[in-house]
Amino acid sequence: MIDFTRNHFELFGLPARFRIDADALETAYRALQSDVHPDRHASGSEAERRLALQSSARVNEAYAALKDPVERARYLLTLSGVDALDETDTQLPMEFLERQLERREAASDAVAANDVGALDAVLDDVRRESGARELELERLFDARDTGAARALVRELKFLNKVAADVDAAISALDG
Amino acid sequence: MTMALLQIAEPDEAPKPRERKRAIGIDLGTTNSLVATVRNGIPLVLPDGEGRPLVPSIVRYREGGVDVGYPAMAKQASDPQNTIVSVKRMMGRGLADLDDDRRFPYHFVDAPGMVRIGTRSGVKSPVEISAEILRALRVRAESQLGGPIDAAVVTVPAYFDDAQRQATKDAATLAGLPVLRLLNEPTAAAVAYGLDNGSEGTYAVYDLGGGTFDISILRLTRGVFEVLATNGDSALGGDDFDHRVFCWIIEAAKLPPLSPADARLLLVKSREAKEMLTGHDAAPIVATLSGGLSVNLSLTAETFTAITRNLVQKTLAPVRRALRDAALTPANIDGVVLVGGATRMREIRSAVAELFGQPPLTNLNPDEVVALGAAVQANALAGNRDRDDDWLLLDVIPLSLGIETMGGLVEKIVPRNATIPVSRAQEFTTFKDGQTAMSVHVVQGEREKVADCRSLARFELRGIPPLVAGAARIRVTFQVDADGLLSVFAREQTTGVEASILVKPSYGLGDDEIARMLQESFAHAADDMKARSLAEAQVEADQIMTAAEAALAADGDLLDSAERAALDAALAELRTKRAGADADALRAAVEAFNRATVPFAERRMDRGVQRALAGKRLDSLV
Repeated sequence: MIDFTRNHFELFGLPARFRIDADALETAYRALQSDVHPDRHASGSEAERRLALQSSARVNEAYAALKDPVERARYLLTLSGVDALDETDTQLPMEFLERQLERREAASDAVAANDVGALDAVLDDVRRESGARELELERLFDARDTGAARALVRELKFLNKVAADVDAAISALDG
Repeated sequence: MTMALLQIAEPDEAPKPRERKRAIGIDLGTTNSLVATVRNGIPLVLPDGEGRPLVPSIVRYREGGVDVGYPAMAKQASDPQNTIVSVKRMMGRGLADLDDDRRFPYHFVDAPGMVRIGTRSGVKSPVEISAEILRALRVRAESQLGGPIDAAVVTVPAYFDDAQRQATKDAATLAGLPVLRLLNEPTAAAVAYGLDNGSEGTYAVYDLGGGTFDISILRLTRGVFEVLATNGDSALGGDDFDHRVFCWIIEAAKLPPLSPADARLLLVKSREAKEMLTGHDAAPIVATLSGGLSVNLSLTAETFTAITRNLVQKTLAPVRRALRDAALTPANIDGVVLVGGATRMREIRSAVAELFGQPPLTNLNPDEVVALGAAVQANALAGNRDRDDDWLLLDVIPLSLGIETMGGLVEKIVPRNATIPVSRAQEFTTFKDGQTAMSVHVVQGEREKVADCRSLARFELRGIPPLVAGAARIRVTFQVDADGLLSVFAREQTTGVEASILVKPSYGLGDDEIARMLQESFAHAADDMKARSLAEAQVEADQIMTAAEAALAADGDLLDSAERAALDAALAELRTKRAGADADALRAAVEAFNRATVPFAERRMDRGVQRALAGKRLDSLV
């Protein structure tokens, strides 16, 4: 049903670059799922249904990777042979780490005070920083500065982890 | 870009009428269940012979058989321990998971995996009990659609985890249903609602059923129903509101500890009061308990609101979480759809209206909308093309999947709200030289510690080629299908050896157990046949005895005292066998009695002929 050897960009017929046409991505995604989704093959043979399941999962994987800017950046780096999350190099700038440490402290103070509003504020703050850095990614990819893009992806992944932890704390308090 | 070879149909080949599949959608609810189909392009619920659309989700194991629905409901207070209500709450759950098992009057049996219930017909699993409900719905649909079902879609709460979904699918298999898809209830409602209204935009579906709560945020654009986020509580529903009323009654009437029958009676009264309060400001609660104690109370709407306030609040936290996960605020929501009978409560309607800043949409029957949507989906999956079928559902997994790592912590593999089907691979390596096996513990949930998540399965990867520590690279693929069900595959990367996987489901049933139940259900069919045979023999015996008694009263003088005594003895013997449960013995007794009465019957015949002849003669004289 789909060519499993194609990369994410090829699958959707899009150029392999960071700036992406979100509408074109979505349109291509929907067209593909309309063909391969298991619901379209529910009455088919077992082999057909298995292929539909694998194809649809592959399309979902590709879509999720291209839709999210950080994942898209990471995937682009992978395509050019760079593993952004390589465990052998875990360096991050000190002032970046200090800022996150402060946020974590603010979050744990808010949890202790049962203050969902304060947690929301921390989350907004993290998201603002992420948003600004995603714009920065566009510039770095345009300038083909792979090294700087890789460093930024690592920071953005770190920010995502902070945001997820704060989000979990909000859920725990709100539940 | 893609090959659509499998969808090509010859343009001049008109679909033959016989190719239309019998497709049904089933809403297997905590309180009520329904079956629907699409007829002439319109989804409709299939009612019973008396026009009732709902089947109460109640199963009673009586002497010699099983009752489902209204007949079972009628006995819930008089035979509470054999009459199972709200079985959906026990699907895929162990005894320890039922936070309030004392609420139910059943003989719970703690079993590995899923809880069991001891009944007069033996120990039953929630899967078997649910299968009875599904079987009743299948039979109803088959009789109305004129033949066996080709395709079925069964709905599940969106927030059901893997164990609960697997249990539901097993129950459908046991009931002989060809299940093409498990469909999330809020998504089903959105299909029925969206296709009906041709809506576009972002909708929240708030689904409060008898025992489960779901919230789904969906985006409807150009024929695609895309679930952005889902959340909920699979152990919160209308039942809990009944229970609050029940506790209030006990306190207000200062009742002593209740018998199971009295408890069930008061729970029924609680539910009636709750339902009455959707349209009244007070509801009377009047009951006479077994010890002669009487209850005579009035529950005001104000009191009801007060005692259920935190239950209403408990539904709002998942709503906020779903909005956060979808990165939306209430102002972004174009419409809120209410689903489930429990959303008739005024407290729910006003709380939802307040949170979203808009009155909820209620123009479809909240009891039926899920079954209708499931029928539309079943029709499309079966390939019946009689409405514009160019729509697609993109649903999500409600809870993250992860594996246990060092220190009892969870490493997430598939995040919640990932669009399904989804597949994620993870690489593992060995930590000892020559290690040929390793175990993987799969859990589902959002918490960091394994102990706080639901254990889904423990896999043992065997047949790993013996290499030095860290050299083997085992790629484990977690695949979640469109039903939200997980499968796991493993392959050793360096040698290409496919590792065999030993699956030990922590919850749910093994294939062996399903096979045993299937066998038992066949045995059960044999029991049903025996019961029917006995009933037929009893009817025949009753007719013969009635006829014999009338004949003896009219023509007893034709027998001498010895003949009369022999006939009375044969009648007494027949009456004894009639009271038993042995169909063959009863048939033999009927036959013996028939033989014993032959001379009497002949003499009666002669007398009748003479009377008739006498009559004729009289007639001819006229």
